[in-house]
Amino acid sequence: MKSLSEFREMKKAISDRLLSERQDGKPRIIIGMGTCGIAAGAREILRAVQSQVESRKLDLAISQTGCIGMCQYEPLMDVEMPNGQRITYGGVTAADIPRIISEHVLNGKVVEELAIASYGEGVGNVPSYSELGFFQKQHRLALANCGRIDPESIDEYIANGGYGACVKTLTEMTPEEVIAEVKQAGLRGRGGAGFPTGLKWELTRKTPSDKKYLICNADEGDPGAFMDRSLLEGDPHLVIEGMIIGAYAIGADEGYIYVRAEYPLAIKRLETALTQAREYGFLGENIFGSGFNFDLHIKKGAGAFVCGEETALMASIEGKRGMPRPKPPFPSVSGLWGKPTNINNVETFGNVAHILRGGAEQYRSIGTETSTGTKVFALTGKIANTGLVEVPMGMSLREVIYDIGGGLSAGAELKAVQIGGPSGGCIPVHLLDLPIDYESLQEVGAMMGSGGMVVMDQGTCMVDVARFFLKFTQNESCGKCTPCREGTMRMLEILDRICSGEGEEGDLELLEDLGRHIRETSLCQLGGSAPNPVLSTLHYFRDEYEAHIKEKRCPANVCAGMSAPYQIDTAACVGCGACVRICPTGAISGERRQPHSIDADACVICGACAAKCPVHAIAQGA
Amino acid sequence: MGCPCGHDGSGLERYLQPLQEVLAKYPSEERYLVPILQDAQEAYGYLPQEVLREVAVKLNISFSKVYGVATFYTQFHLQPRGKNVIKVCTGTACHVRGAGEVLKAIEEELGIQSGQTTPDLEFTLETVACIGACGLAPVIMINDDTHGRLTKSSVKTVLEGYKNQSGGGVVA
Repeated sequence: MKSLSEFREMKKAISDRLLSERQDGKPRIIIGMGTCGIAAGAREILRAVQSQVESRKLDLAISQTGCIGMCQYEPLMDVEMPNGQRITYGGVTAADIPRIISEHVLNGKVVEELAIASYGEGVGNVPSYSELGFFQKQHRLALANCGRIDPESIDEYIANGGYGACVKTLTEMTPEEVIAEVKQAGLRGRGGAGFPTGLKWELTRKTPSDKKYLICNADEGDPGAFMDRSLLEGDPHLVIEGMIIGAYAIGADEGYIYVRAEYPLAIKRLETALTQAREYGFLGENIFGSGFNFDLHIKKGAGAFVCGEETALMASIEGKRGMPRPKPPFPSVSGLWGKPTNINNVETFGNVAHILRGGAEQYRSIGTETSTGTKVFALTGKIANTGLVEVPMGMSLREVIYDIGGGLSAGAELKAVQIGGPSGGCIPVHLLDLPIDYESLQEVGAMMGSGGMVVMDQGTCMVDVARFFLKFTQNESCGKCTPCREGTMRMLEILDRICSGEGEEGDLELLEDLGRHIRETSLCQLGGSAPNPVLSTLHYFRDEYEAHIKEKRCPANVCAGMSAPYQIDTAACVGCGACVRICPTGAISGERRQPHSIDADACVICGACAAKCPVHAIAQGA
Repeated sequence: MGCPCGHDGSGLERYLQPLQEVLAKYPSEERYLVPILQDAQEAYGYLPQEVLREVAVKLNISFSKVYGVATFYTQFHLQPRGKNVIKVCTGTACHVRGAGEVLKAIEEELGIQSGQTTPDLEFTLETVACIGACGLAPVIMINDDTHGRLTKSSVKTVLEGYKNQSGGGVVA
């Protein structure tokens, strides 16, 4: 293959073949087999379908797809009929399979109470995907193929427009033109800091060297973030295509994808995708006769959060301990083995092919002036629709949480949103109309981070949350520089004291002072951003800290040792004895049909009695 | 696998045979240290001192450097590990949805604490920060399989599936 027209011919042949396979009159069953789907029981569904096919001698095709982002409906299964109608079923169990096959696959009647959505037009009571609140306001660019195509089939990727941008770039554009296009599009790093991607490429391009490297940072370690895993599992070729374009732009002939070892399925799908890309000639020597050589290696991480930092990541690839080093020199000048190196995040590469495919102007039309394009967020916590969502930059937090996320879980009241994981901050309710872009988040003390978005309700203690994140970064501190190693430890000790009711006057000022120093003097961004969760909660929820210190009280009743024991409202108690039976410490006593009482000293504040009480007569004392 | 003490010459040679097979796959360069240790741990279940010393000799780097790398990354273990490794996620979403209770149930079921291995070397229990399956919290991983939406009682059923298995790998 040497030209765009040859590629187009190949694409047409593949599309025609896939289409004729689809038009064989066979219904297709497509099962969502991402890590989440498998954990929710997708393999049992697959086995149930296979056993139905065998026992009933059915003629149908079975295939798999990645994650579409609707985590709370896993496992998901699609039925595509020969007429092209495709319906998604959610929360499927093996017991539902015979019925779906009898009614839908064999008789064409959609099982409406199990169906979630329909591709294309709605059917009966089943809405179309575009009518679902969860998808209506999303703009799926990086995730466009996730949950739709088979991630282990390069043909499906090509038939959906894949590798077109890569061939166009290599055969018709100069590296400088590619860089200009990405700069014009305004793409910024999706890994957290938001450095302009085109500028990074240009710096690496301009450093003269006989050898350059390109690295994809897939060491996604933030608790609460899983967009990189989903993208690699659901559409690995999109990331590879972005990397080929990036390598061509900077002039690298060798690349690495550094993936967490905790993502075995992503690694497996990447390995399959790389083999296919080599077979089709997208990787290797003299790609499309352009004289450009490029190949990729997968590098498995070994469990160190700090390796998400670029200089630590490179040290790890070199076989050393993954510790950061001071910058400058920046990787674009001296990176892997001292050679100019460009590192971008998975989601960043996931945007590159779209820019080259539709052009910079089209890309710029999404998002805001300074934060263009889309961002993927992992919505978790006390929210109705947990899942992976992709929205245009600049959308307000309120829209993401209420319109897409469906609001909070039943009975929960929103208190704060934690954005950016251990490097980010907590945003309080009154800032809910904040547009999500790099600058706005920075201004309120949070950051884009990798895109974890944890929704917290009144039952969440903000001091405890700050302590949780700091404990994480403290544990992951590599120990090289003192501010991070010692400073975060001292901050954590203070938070531990506050949470166990031993906080003192002056602790908050000390926390702020330490936090500022650690932020300014740490060697890398792990330490530099470690105080953020503490500083942002101190800023917005200072009263909660003060309640812990001055009143020895945890307003959310989370911190053990300082919560009030449970008490029984004697006027409401009917003396049923349900609480006596459930209490793990035997702290409750009373005559049958008479008001009961709780021994405050024996109460361990587990809350089991309050949950069990049929007349809601038990609550924590003031 | 030969004599694990590795003190007599021929025993050590036999003991290191699986490692030699690993080393043969890679050029003798420092850059392959991490993958070599990953493969060696796969072969031995953990990284015994004899293995680390031999790796240092073959790659022509100091033992302290090898030791430094082996102790830096949480994935590497210098003590024997169970056949089935259970990782309980204690990330934000799991924390909020009851990971603590799940962990306690496993500890009670296996009679070990987090960070320990059962005496019969069947199970190792540990906690991890985030598995990245937050939508299914609380989540645990056993070997390469992820199990989600667990409760105190359902986690015991999951564990049953791994007991007395010859190969481990039970499908989720």
